[in-house]
Amino acid sequence: MKTLKNISFWLLLVVIAGVAVVPIVQGNVSMREDAFFILMLVILASSTNIIMGYTGYVSFGHIVYFGTGGYVAFYLMQTFQWHFVLAALVGGVAASLLAFLLGNAVLRLRGAYFALSTIGINEAVRAFVSNFEPLGGSIGMFFNFSMYDAYGGAKNAGQLAYYAMVVLALMTIAASFLIKKSKFGLGLMSIREDQDASMVLGINPSRMKVITYTISAFFPAIAGAIFFFKNGLIEPGPAFELHRSVEALVMVMLGGFGTVTGPIVGAVVYERLRGFLITNETFSNFHLVIAGAMLLLIVLFVPAGLVGWLRLRFAAVRRFLE
Amino acid sequence: MNIEALIASTFDGLMLGFVFGLMAMGLTLIFGVMKVINLGHGPLIAIGMFAVLVMSQSLGINPYLTLPVIIVIGLLTGIVMYFVALHRVINSPELTTLLATFSVNMMITGLMTVIFSTSPRGLDVTLGSLQFGRVTILGTRVAAVVIAVVVTIALYFFLYRTRQGKSIRAVANNRGAAELMGINSSWVLGLSFGIGAMLAMISGMLLATMFSFTVLTGNALETKSFVIVVLGGLGNPTGALFGGIIIGLLESITTIFIPVSWVPVLEFVVFIMILLVRPNGIFGARSS
Amino acid sequence: MSRKIFTLCSLLTVLAIALAACATPTTEAPKPTAVPPTSAPAATAAPAVPATAAPKPPKPLVLGFTASQTGAQQVASKKQIEGLQLWLDDVKKAGGIKLKDGTIYMPEMKFYDDESKTDRVQALYTKLINDDKADFLFSPYSSGLAKAAAVVSEQNGKVMITAGAADDATMEQGFKNTFQLYTPASRYLTGAVDALQKFVPTAKKVAIVYEKDSFSTSVAAAAQPYAKSKGLEVVIYEGYDTGTTDFAPFINKIVAANPDAIIGGGHFADGTTFSKQLFEKKVPVKFVSILVAPPEPTFKDIGDAAVGIIGPSQWEPQVTYSADAAKAANMPYYGPSNKAFVDTYTAKYSSAPSYHSAGGYAQGLIFQKAIEDADSIDPAKIVAALDKMNLMTFYGVVKFSTDAKTHGKQEAHSMVYMQWQKDASGKLVTQIVWPLAAKSADAVLR
Repeated sequence: MKTLKNISFWLLLVVIAGVAVVPIVQGNVSMREDAFFILMLVILASSTNIIMGYTGYVSFGHIVYFGTGGYVAFYLMQTFQWHFVLAALVGGVAASLLAFLLGNAVLRLRGAYFALSTIGINEAVRAFVSNFEPLGGSIGMFFNFSMYDAYGGAKNAGQLAYYAMVVLALMTIAASFLIKKSKFGLGLMSIREDQDASMVLGINPSRMKVITYTISAFFPAIAGAIFFFKNGLIEPGPAFELHRSVEALVMVMLGGFGTVTGPIVGAVVYERLRGFLITNETFSNFHLVIAGAMLLLIVLFVPAGLVGWLRLRFAAVRRFLE
Repeated sequence: MNIEALIASTFDGLMLGFVFGLMAMGLTLIFGVMKVINLGHGPLIAIGMFAVLVMSQSLGINPYLTLPVIIVIGLLTGIVMYFVALHRVINSPELTTLLATFSVNMMITGLMTVIFSTSPRGLDVTLGSLQFGRVTILGTRVAAVVIAVVVTIALYFFLYRTRQGKSIRAVANNRGAAELMGINSSWVLGLSFGIGAMLAMISGMLLATMFSFTVLTGNALETKSFVIVVLGGLGNPTGALFGGIIIGLLESITTIFIPVSWVPVLEFVVFIMILLVRPNGIFGARSS
Repeated sequence: MSRKIFTLCSLLTVLAIALAACATPTTEAPKPTAVPPTSAPAATAAPAVPATAAPKPPKPLVLGFTASQTGAQQVASKKQIEGLQLWLDDVKKAGGIKLKDGTIYMPEMKFYDDESKTDRVQALYTKLINDDKADFLFSPYSSGLAKAAAVVSEQNGKVMITAGAADDATMEQGFKNTFQLYTPASRYLTGAVDALQKFVPTAKKVAIVYEKDSFSTSVAAAAQPYAKSKGLEVVIYEGYDTGTTDFAPFINKIVAANPDAIIGGGHFADGTTFSKQLFEKKVPVKFVSILVAPPEPTFKDIGDAAVGIIGPSQWEPQVTYSADAAKAANMPYYGPSNKAFVDTYTAKYSSAPSYHSAGGYAQGLIFQKAIEDADSIDPAKIVAALDKMNLMTFYGVVKFSTDAKTHGKQEAHSMVYMQWQKDASGKLVTQIVWPLAAKSADAVLR
């Protein structure tokens, strides 16, 4: 694997890991909470980018895998007292399996049809879970508070969840990097540019797309498992919230479509900006309006996103900013 | 099972279906002309709702007489929205236009929340009702059906009988060729977007006479519009009308037979099935 | 052209980066919308304090919570915060909360906007606890948000009083430091069943219909067995999806089952539409009681359709809780009279208080009483004081469960049932119709 010798690959991971340990070293819990949430967004944005940025398929309802992973893991932990790490992994596999089955069907659709079908899938799953009593139906599921005792109390569980999120974020970014720099990734991008031409070159687009879709479902599912483990409760509405999917798309767009660092930058900038607008007295009422206006300006004038723009402008940047 | 409930629900669903059809027509027209899925569709519906609320509650105008004003507001909003948010990126890939229209969604929703808050509002309109046993036919629904049908006929007259309408169809068919024929495609695209927005707002106005609503109601109706346009075939206005009627009937008839909370599950499963089996809609040509 | 675009791009990027940079230091510890305690009222209130105790300057006491300033819960949350703010005004006017040794605590509020979203709530409560060093916590509005907040508060061992959160399950998780002010969901509509049997003794069949969300489902789940235990036949027991716009087919189905009464409901928009369509379809039931929507003032937008609709409410302006009533019930009365609360509220915000406002004020009031009883701000002592509490306020009776399993759950507070009626001049007004002891008017049957 040539990528593993690539310095920027290791640099990126070290930087992320370095930033992620700061709250732990400082012992600052609220900074850790912020970092936890931002890392989650980084995972959602990066995995959306794996399917969208590399193959050009706009998955609007990618959050369905976040919710699925969350629900499966939560059910295993609550009903069978499975250990959190094992439950989260099974949640990830279950979501990937779902993505594999659905992907075989919906990835045949192109463009707008695919985007609409992902919305439909998310809504169908949400409506189904609301009616499915074994998963708590519309009331959702709860942990009894004593469940956290197995992890050394609720406080330690929060810490554990954070470590898990850091590891997952590193894995997501590594996967995103490896896919992009591999021959596989090259094949994906040829599908993105011209699916028919890529077939002439001997690429099997449907198989490659399904594999990519399956991978891109794995990470958000585990993120969902970690998030709801820490949350202590899960309900259909917050688990399958379409709006969060759209937010992930915005982050990808903001940072740079099809780049590895773009979704990371996008997630951080988006969340910071939102936090700033909402706590600022002048802007807080208008935060949605301002966020919308910013998004529009970026879509219209910086379509490559922040990272993409830097890469276009400065050739030197291209070597270490993927 | 109760035959009277079934008949009553069939009427209710049929009548509501016309309004749903009108609502989805705006979305499908825009897609047909410029291949853009308008994610700002929901807030446009909401503007229609609040426009009629403000005019009837503050100015005391009869809700139905606000129709001309709403048509003008709709056209203008749509044209402005096109030139501000879309014109520059009209040839970009779907993601760009999706996000551009979504940004408008955010702005309108944000602005309306500041003005109206998210509390539920409703119009107090009654046009009487006709009673046949258990079947009640409401005046407001009859009026909504009549307006929806008239607007649809007017739209077809416009598209097939006027010069502007013909140029819209020409641009929808082949933009390049239309430009070669001397059609100003920018203006035509703007106008089509305006008409799409206008249809959304008219449907919003009609829905406001029937149901309570909030600033956020539009976004739920937007998802329903997606289902309808796919059912009728993306880009096909007649299909949207029939799609609306089918969804109206599907919702109302299945409610009698299955627990009502399963209706949305069924609806979205049908939606995905149609996409997979007949992506051009149940009236469209079978895809290759 | 490309040059122009470049300039624009660079400008935008710079702007974006600058904004992000601005945000960096502030979002680590963003400036909360703090309401600083003004020292003036304390000074003017000085005569009330014994001269010997006066020299001690008041110590600040930080009360943290999140408010839904945007999103779906915005309206009710605003009312709740207004109530809480009014309590703070009253405390300031009285010169703070005084302990026996002369220490004075001056509460101040710190809050953030949670956007009505559970995922923000947990991060914000952690921030309130760790950065803003909140001494005590109040809950956000709505069961879902309060649930998420309670998890964080319990993890950190903070005392939290919840209002606007009626969910039962939340309070059955073995919480130690969370206390619920609202009557739990399981008792929301049981009173409606009693009222039905009193008002319509011939009623046999009842339809229970509810929104498929956590709160309404638990209300319905408790009402169904209760109705059965009272000998009623539940002919329909069905939930509808959140976001349902049209109820016409569902109403046809209900009518076909021929019930004498309909109880259930969900939130604002659905409840309003449901009532409107019941009226339009001239549904022949004598008794309709639905959740949440009726106590909201904009419910009267639907005009005549509102008449006769009964809604359970935690509190209404016409309630009859008073010092005399407390004496009769052999329990202490605490805080302002109901009239004083309604008057000062109406004067300050120029709109009538809703039960959310009363809940907000009561949050502060109960907390204040707990400090006075404990004579300390030590959390363990305050929990002990709250456990022992059994008193009446303008908001009603408050007593918390001390059972390990359901610790902190509200046990004594009861619902009142209001009804929209037409007064002599044909204007729509609300009246309390149940319990009969508290009624402000007789119930009107449809």
